[in-house]
Amino acid sequence: MSPRSSDWWYDEAAGPLVRPYALVSGRTRPTWGRLNLATQVRAIRTTSDTSALSVEHLEIMKLCRKPLSVAEVAAYLHAPLVVAKVLLSDLIQRGDVITSDASRMAVAPDRNLLQKVLDGVRAI
Amino acid sequence: MASVQSEELTVPSSVKIVVAGGFGVGKTTLVGAVSEITPLRTEELLTEAGTQIDDLAGVEGKTTTTVALDFGRITINPEVVLYLFGTPGQDRFWFMWDELAYGAIGAVVLVDTRRLDGGFGAIDFFERRGIPFVVAVNCFEGGHSYSEDEVRHALDVGDGVPLVLCDARDRESCKTVLARVIEHAMSKLDPAMA
Repeated sequence: MSPRSSDWWYDEAAGPLVRPYALVSGRTRPTWGRLNLATQVRAIRTTSDTSALSVEHLEIMKLCRKPLSVAEVAAYLHAPLVVAKVLLSDLIQRGDVITSDASRMAVAPDRNLLQKVLDGVRAI
Repeated sequence: MASVQSEELTVPSSVKIVVAGGFGVGKTTLVGAVSEITPLRTEELLTEAGTQIDDLAGVEGKTTTTVALDFGRITINPEVVLYLFGTPGQDRFWFMWDELAYGAIGAVVLVDTRRLDGGFGAIDFFERRGIPFVVAVNCFEGGHSYSEDEVRHALDVGDGVPLVLCDARDRESCKTVLARVIEHAMSKLDPAMA
Protein backbone atom coordinates (compact mmCIF):
# COMPACT_ATOMS: atom_id res chain seq x y z
CA MET A 1 0.00 0.00 0.00
CA SER A 2 1.41 3.37 -0.93
CA PRO A 3 1.82 5.83 1.92
CA ARG A 4 -0.96 8.36 2.15
CA SER A 5 -0.09 11.99 1.73
CA SER A 6 -1.25 12.84 5.23
CA ASP A 7 1.25 10.47 6.81
CA TRP A 8 3.96 13.07 6.98
CA TRP A 9 2.35 14.83 9.88
CA TYR A 10 1.27 11.77 11.76
CA ASP A 11 3.54 9.46 13.65
CA GLU A 12 2.15 6.13 14.84
CA ALA A 13 3.99 6.28 18.15
CA ALA A 14 3.94 9.97 18.90
CA GLY A 15 0.53 10.86 17.46
CA PRO A 16 -0.04 14.00 15.46
CA LEU A 17 3.15 15.96 14.92
CA VAL A 18 1.19 19.17 14.51
CA ARG A 19 -1.05 20.33 17.33
CA PRO A 20 -4.59 19.69 16.11
CA TYR A 21 -5.90 23.22 16.47
CA ALA A 22 -2.95 24.62 14.52
CA LEU A 23 -4.59 23.07 11.45
CA VAL A 24 -7.66 25.21 11.87
CA SER A 25 -6.08 28.41 13.21
CA GLY A 26 -7.42 27.77 16.70
CA ARG A 27 -11.03 27.59 15.59
CA THR A 28 -13.14 25.20 17.64
CA ARG A 29 -16.51 25.78 15.96
CA PRO A 30 -17.38 24.83 12.41
CA THR A 31 -18.74 27.78 10.44
CA TRP A 32 -21.40 25.53 8.99
CA GLY A 33 -23.20 24.08 11.95
CA ARG A 34 -25.12 21.02 10.90
CA LEU A 35 -22.45 18.38 10.67
CA ASN A 36 -23.08 15.25 12.71
CA LEU A 37 -20.77 12.26 12.97
CA ALA A 38 -22.81 10.34 10.43
CA THR A 39 -23.50 13.21 8.01
CA GLN A 40 -22.45 12.19 4.52
CA VAL A 41 -20.11 14.47 2.64
CA ARG A 42 -18.94 14.29 -0.94
CA ALA A 43 -16.54 16.39 -2.97
CA ILE A 44 -17.82 17.76 -6.23
CA ARG A 45 -15.60 18.45 -9.16
CA THR A 46 -15.34 22.16 -9.35
CA THR A 47 -13.23 24.60 -11.24
CA SER A 48 -12.79 26.72 -8.12
CA ASP A 49 -9.41 28.11 -7.25
CA THR A 50 -7.82 25.78 -4.70
CA SER A 51 -4.77 27.91 -4.02
CA ALA A 52 -6.27 29.17 -0.74
CA LEU A 53 -6.79 25.64 0.56
CA SER A 54 -4.50 23.87 3.00
CA VAL A 55 -2.96 20.45 2.50
CA GLU A 56 -5.63 19.05 4.83
CA HIS A 57 -8.46 20.62 2.83
CA LEU A 58 -7.06 19.02 -0.32
CA GLU A 59 -6.66 15.69 1.47
CA ILE A 60 -10.35 15.85 2.42
CA MET A 61 -11.28 16.64 -1.18
CA LYS A 62 -9.39 13.53 -2.24
CA LEU A 63 -10.97 11.34 0.47
CA CYS A 64 -14.46 12.54 -0.39
CA ARG A 65 -14.41 11.63 -4.06
CA LYS A 66 -16.73 8.92 -2.86
CA PRO A 67 -19.31 9.75 -0.20
CA LEU A 68 -18.05 9.40 3.36
CA SER A 69 -19.32 10.30 6.80
CA VAL A 70 -17.79 13.11 8.84
CA ALA A 71 -16.49 10.46 11.27
CA GLU A 72 -14.74 8.58 8.45
CA VAL A 73 -13.11 11.78 7.20
CA ALA A 74 -11.79 12.49 10.71
CA ALA A 75 -10.52 8.93 11.12
CA TYR A 76 -8.74 8.81 7.74
CA LEU A 77 -7.31 12.27 8.32
CA HIS A 78 -6.06 11.24 11.80
CA ALA A 79 -7.63 14.45 13.06
CA PRO A 80 -10.05 15.04 15.94
CA LEU A 81 -13.69 15.29 14.91
CA VAL A 82 -13.93 18.99 15.59
CA VAL A 83 -10.96 19.67 13.33
CA ALA A 84 -12.51 17.63 10.52
CA LYS A 85 -15.78 19.50 10.99
CA VAL A 86 -14.12 22.90 10.80
CA LEU A 87 -12.21 21.94 7.65
CA LEU A 88 -15.30 20.39 6.06
CA SER A 89 -17.42 23.41 6.82
CA ASP A 90 -14.83 25.58 5.00
CA LEU A 91 -15.20 23.36 1.95
CA ILE A 92 -19.01 23.28 2.15
CA GLN A 93 -19.12 27.06 2.26
CA ARG A 94 -16.86 27.23 -0.77
CA GLY A 95 -19.16 24.85 -2.60
CA ASP A 96 -16.45 22.22 -3.05
CA VAL A 97 -18.18 19.66 -0.83
CA ILE A 98 -21.85 18.80 -0.69
CA THR A 99 -23.59 17.13 2.21
CA SER A 100 -26.66 15.13 3.03
CA ASP A 101 -29.28 17.15 4.78
CA ALA A 102 -28.50 16.53 8.43
CA SER A 103 -31.83 17.96 9.54
CA ARG A 104 -33.57 15.18 7.63
CA MET A 105 -31.70 12.64 9.69
CA ALA A 106 -33.17 13.93 12.92
CA VAL A 107 -36.78 13.29 11.99
CA ALA A 108 -38.09 9.86 12.83
CA PRO A 109 -37.12 7.46 10.07
CA ASP A 110 -40.06 6.11 8.12
CA ARG A 111 -41.07 2.48 7.96
CA ASN A 112 -39.90 2.18 4.39
CA LEU A 113 -36.35 3.25 5.26
CA LEU A 114 -36.23 1.01 8.33
CA GLN A 115 -37.42 -1.94 6.24
CA LYS A 116 -34.61 -1.30 3.75
CA VAL A 117 -32.07 -1.18 6.57
CA LEU A 118 -33.49 -4.38 8.06
CA ASP A 119 -33.32 -6.18 4.70
CA GLY A 120 -29.80 -4.87 4.18
CA VAL A 121 -28.57 -6.07 7.56
CA ARG A 122 -30.07 -9.52 7.02
CA ALA A 123 -28.43 -9.76 3.61
CA ILE A 124 -24.83 -9.11 4.72
CA MET B 1 -18.63 28.56 -16.89
CA ALA B 2 -18.83 25.25 -18.67
CA SER B 3 -20.72 22.42 -17.05
CA VAL B 4 -18.98 21.58 -13.83
CA GLN B 5 -20.40 18.14 -13.29
CA SER B 6 -20.79 15.57 -15.98
CA GLU B 7 -22.72 13.15 -13.80
CA GLU B 8 -25.24 13.92 -11.13
CA LEU B 9 -23.60 13.52 -7.78
CA THR B 10 -25.80 12.32 -5.00
CA VAL B 11 -25.06 11.95 -1.34
CA PRO B 12 -26.47 8.87 0.38
CA SER B 13 -28.62 9.10 3.47
CA SER B 14 -27.05 7.79 6.62
CA VAL B 15 -28.69 6.04 9.50
CA LYS B 16 -27.00 5.03 12.69
CA ILE B 17 -27.29 2.59 15.52
CA VAL B 18 -25.48 3.34 18.76
CA VAL B 19 -23.73 0.50 20.55
CA ALA B 20 -23.45 1.34 24.23
CA GLY B 21 -22.23 -0.47 27.29
CA GLY B 22 -19.55 -0.47 29.94
CA PHE B 23 -15.83 -0.49 29.38
CA GLY B 24 -14.50 -3.75 27.91
CA VAL B 25 -17.91 -5.32 27.33
CA GLY B 26 -17.21 -6.00 23.65
CA LYS B 27 -18.74 -3.00 21.82
CA THR B 28 -15.94 -2.72 19.27
CA THR B 29 -15.92 -6.50 18.85
CA LEU B 30 -19.62 -6.39 17.98
CA VAL B 31 -19.11 -3.50 15.56
CA GLY B 32 -16.19 -5.32 13.93
CA ALA B 33 -18.18 -8.53 13.53
CA VAL B 34 -20.67 -6.91 11.17
CA SER B 35 -18.87 -3.87 9.74
CA GLU B 36 -17.69 -3.95 6.12
CA ILE B 37 -14.60 -2.02 7.17
CA THR B 38 -12.21 -2.68 10.02
CA PRO B 39 -13.65 -0.50 12.79
CA LEU B 40 -12.28 3.00 12.55
CA ARG B 41 -11.34 5.13 15.49
CA THR B 42 -11.93 8.80 15.67
CA GLU B 43 -11.20 11.13 18.51
CA GLU B 44 -12.82 14.14 19.97
CA LEU B 45 -10.93 16.61 22.10
CA LEU B 46 -12.35 18.05 25.24
CA THR B 47 -10.56 21.05 26.60
CA GLU B 48 -10.66 21.87 30.25
CA ALA B 49 -12.03 25.23 29.22
CA GLY B 50 -15.22 23.51 28.19
CA THR B 51 -17.33 23.94 25.13
CA GLN B 52 -18.41 27.52 25.68
CA ILE B 53 -15.51 29.07 23.83
CA ASP B 54 -15.05 29.76 20.16
CA ASP B 55 -11.36 30.30 20.14
CA LEU B 56 -8.43 28.75 21.94
CA ALA B 57 -6.43 31.95 22.19
CA GLY B 58 -5.16 32.27 25.72
CA VAL B 59 -5.97 28.75 26.81
CA GLU B 60 -2.96 27.04 25.25
CA GLY B 61 -1.88 25.82 28.66
CA LYS B 62 -5.11 23.94 29.31
CA THR B 63 -4.91 20.22 29.09
CA THR B 64 -7.05 18.37 26.62
CA THR B 65 -8.75 15.04 27.11
CA THR B 66 -9.18 12.72 24.21
CA VAL B 67 -12.32 10.65 23.81
CA ALA B 68 -12.06 7.78 21.37
CA LEU B 69 -15.02 6.51 19.38
CA ASP B 70 -14.93 3.30 17.38
CA PHE B 71 -17.31 2.84 14.52
CA GLY B 72 -18.08 0.71 11.53
CA ARG B 73 -20.25 0.89 8.44
CA ILE B 74 -22.62 -1.29 6.46
CA THR B 75 -23.59 -0.08 3.00
CA ILE B 76 -27.26 -1.00 2.72
CA ASN B 77 -27.60 0.15 -0.90
CA PRO B 78 -26.23 3.06 -2.96
CA GLU B 79 -28.68 5.41 -1.24
CA VAL B 80 -28.41 4.31 2.38
CA VAL B 81 -25.43 3.67 4.65
CA LEU B 82 -25.76 2.33 8.18
CA TYR B 83 -23.17 3.40 10.76
CA LEU B 84 -22.56 1.66 14.04
CA PHE B 85 -21.07 3.89 16.69
CA GLY B 86 -19.63 2.54 19.90
CA THR B 87 -19.97 4.87 22.87
CA PRO B 88 -16.96 5.87 24.93
CA GLY B 89 -16.75 3.38 27.79
CA GLN B 90 -16.23 5.84 30.60
CA ASP B 91 -19.20 7.61 32.11
CA ARG B 92 -17.42 10.94 32.28
CA PHE B 93 -17.79 11.25 28.53
CA TRP B 94 -21.55 11.67 28.57
CA PHE B 95 -21.19 14.92 26.66
CA MET B 96 -20.46 12.89 23.52
CA TRP B 97 -23.66 10.91 23.77
CA ASP B 98 -25.98 13.62 22.55
CA GLU B 99 -24.18 13.85 19.26
CA LEU B 100 -23.95 10.07 19.04
CA ALA B 101 -27.64 9.63 19.70
CA TYR B 102 -28.77 12.48 17.45
CA GLY B 103 -30.96 10.94 14.76
CA ALA B 104 -30.09 7.36 15.76
CA ILE B 105 -32.70 4.81 14.66
CA GLY B 106 -31.98 2.73 17.72
CA ALA B 107 -29.40 1.44 20.14
CA VAL B 108 -27.88 -1.70 21.55
CA VAL B 109 -27.02 -1.78 25.24
CA LEU B 110 -24.40 -4.48 25.45
CA VAL B 111 -23.97 -5.99 28.88
CA ASP B 112 -21.76 -8.62 30.38
CA THR B 113 -23.27 -10.81 33.10
CA ARG B 114 -20.11 -10.42 35.15
CA ARG B 115 -20.73 -6.68 35.39
CA LEU B 116 -24.36 -5.92 34.68
CA ASP B 117 -24.06 -2.50 36.28
CA GLY B 118 -22.13 -1.27 33.23
CA GLY B 119 -25.45 -1.02 31.39
CA PHE B 120 -27.43 1.14 33.79
CA GLY B 121 -26.28 4.52 32.54
CA ALA B 122 -26.94 3.65 28.91
CA ILE B 123 -30.41 2.23 29.61
CA ASP B 124 -31.33 5.36 31.51
CA PHE B 125 -30.02 7.59 28.71
CA PHE B 126 -31.98 5.88 25.93
CA GLU B 127 -35.15 5.60 28.01
CA ARG B 128 -35.11 9.33 28.77
CA ARG B 129 -34.67 10.25 25.15
CA GLY B 130 -37.19 7.76 23.82
CA ILE B 131 -34.62 6.04 21.61
CA PRO B 132 -35.63 2.41 20.92
CA PHE B 133 -33.04 0.03 22.33
CA VAL B 134 -32.48 -3.64 22.95
CA VAL B 135 -30.36 -5.16 25.69
CA ALA B 136 -27.85 -7.65 24.30
CA VAL B 137 -26.15 -9.94 26.78
CA ASN B 138 -22.69 -10.79 25.55
CA CYS B 139 -22.17 -14.37 26.64
CA PHE B 140 -18.50 -14.66 27.36
CA GLU B 141 -17.14 -18.08 27.93
CA GLY B 142 -16.81 -18.47 31.65
CA GLY B 143 -19.34 -15.75 32.32
CA HIS B 144 -22.15 -16.56 34.68
CA SER B 145 -25.24 -17.73 32.94
CA TYR B 146 -28.44 -16.24 34.21
CA SER B 147 -31.97 -16.62 33.02
CA GLU B 148 -33.54 -13.84 30.98
CA ASP B 149 -35.79 -13.02 33.94
CA GLU B 150 -32.82 -12.67 36.24
CA VAL B 151 -31.05 -10.31 33.83
CA ARG B 152 -34.23 -8.26 33.33
CA HIS B 153 -34.73 -8.03 37.05
CA ALA B 154 -31.13 -7.05 37.72
CA LEU B 155 -31.23 -4.35 35.04
CA ASP B 156 -34.78 -3.31 35.88
CA VAL B 157 -35.98 -3.44 32.28
CA GLY B 158 -39.54 -4.42 31.46
CA ASP B 159 -40.95 -6.74 28.84
CA GLY B 160 -41.23 -3.83 26.44
CA VAL B 161 -37.47 -3.90 25.94
CA PRO B 162 -36.22 -6.82 23.85
CA LEU B 163 -33.44 -8.81 25.47
CA VAL B 164 -31.18 -11.01 23.37
CA LEU B 165 -28.29 -13.27 24.20
CA CYS B 166 -25.39 -12.87 21.80
CA ASP B 167 -21.78 -13.58 21.07
CA ALA B 168 -20.17 -10.28 20.06
CA ARG B 169 -17.52 -12.17 18.10
CA ASP B 170 -20.03 -13.94 15.92
CA ARG B 171 -21.27 -12.19 12.78
CA GLU B 172 -24.62 -14.01 12.56
CA SER B 173 -25.29 -13.42 16.23
CA CYS B 174 -24.56 -9.69 15.87
CA LYS B 175 -26.73 -9.48 12.74
CA THR B 176 -29.58 -10.86 14.83
CA VAL B 177 -28.99 -8.18 17.47
CA LEU B 178 -29.08 -5.40 14.86
CA ALA B 179 -32.20 -6.87 13.26
CA ARG B 180 -33.91 -6.85 16.66
CA VAL B 181 -33.02 -3.17 17.12
CA ILE B 182 -34.51 -2.25 13.74
CA GLU B 183 -37.62 -4.38 14.29
CA HIS B 184 -38.06 -2.81 17.69
CA ALA B 185 -37.70 0.68 16.18
CA MET B 186 -40.34 -0.24 13.58
CA SER B 187 -42.70 -1.47 16.28
CA LYS B 188 -42.39 1.92 17.97
CA LEU B 189 -43.50 3.85 14.90
CA ASP B 190 -46.86 5.47 15.05
CA PRO B 191 -49.21 3.00 13.35
CA ALA B 192 -51.08 5.91 11.78
CA MET B 193 -47.91 6.80 9.91
CA ALA B 194 -47.40 3.33 8.51
